[in-house]
Amino acid sequence: MRRQSRTAPPLDLAFSALSDPTRRAILARLAKGEATVLQLAAPFEMSQPAISRHVKVLAKAGFITQRVEGATRPCRLARHGLEEIDNWIAMLRKALEANYSRLDVVLAAMQSAEEKPSRKGKSKR
Amino acid sequence: MSKMSLEMEGDTHVVVKRYFAAPPEAVFRAHTDPALIQKWLLGPEGWTMPVCISEPRPKGKIRYEWSNGKGQGFYLTGEYLELEPFSRIVHVERMYLPDPTPDNHIETRFLPEGEGTLMTMRMTLPDAQTRKQMLASGMESGMDASFVRLEEMLAPDILPSR
Repeated sequence: MRRQSRTAPPLDLAFSALSDPTRRAILARLAKGEATVLQLAAPFEMSQPAISRHVKVLAKAGFITQRVEGATRPCRLARHGLEEIDNWIAMLRKALEANYSRLDVVLAAMQSAEEKPSRKGKSKR
Repeated sequence: MSKMSLEMEGDTHVVVKRYFAAPPEAVFRAHTDPALIQKWLLGPEGWTMPVCISEPRPKGKIRYEWSNGKGQGFYLTGEYLELEPFSRIVHVERMYLPDPTPDNHIETRFLPEGEGTLMTMRMTLPDAQTRKQMLASGMESGMDASFVRLEEMLAPDILPSR
């Protein structure tokens, strides 16, 4: 999709939004489907304005979007923020996995070299 | 076979765990001996590390240079801070892409587990700008189209159209 003038939220914002347990719980709830702030507040011992503030942080970081429906503003997950982190983590994982499977081979070679009654020094085998 | 876990710790760190079928001494050496490092710390397919300096002692230098054999490359410098053979390494490193990224502080532990070693590496999460640069360098080395898309998401200002 062509990107709009709306810029991608910096990852710093996304990570700091995720650092709070209440906000992670809100995301977990929204993963099951759309919910109003009132519905989101129900499981928490928190005021609705407090939940609204969390919602605002999550929206700013690109994790959720809100639409207007009559008097309510249901929230739902925006895939964008999550994908951004997922992709970065995926890249790191891929690079590390490639490195570590090479390291497995190096370690196996080191061990079999040790098991051999090898002569010390730099003489050729 | 490759049982690696990678988890975020708070909003500033990433913790990677991996089991190796070799004793901690061997895994530790493979992380500090330049001749061994050159065999595995290579990143994407097709890259090599023609220059590897690793002086495993406190304040010892680290310098890794990677090349894809087609004129592209980048390098990293760092310093060892603490070494506890064969259980723990603490070092800092930064990449030059070509400007240096902020220091990444990394602690790597090697604990005996059964016949092998459980390695735990805890590193600083790079900031958004650093990631953008890292992804850009990965893109040059021919990574997936999805990373090209990510690069676009992260760097709207370099896009031709607004």
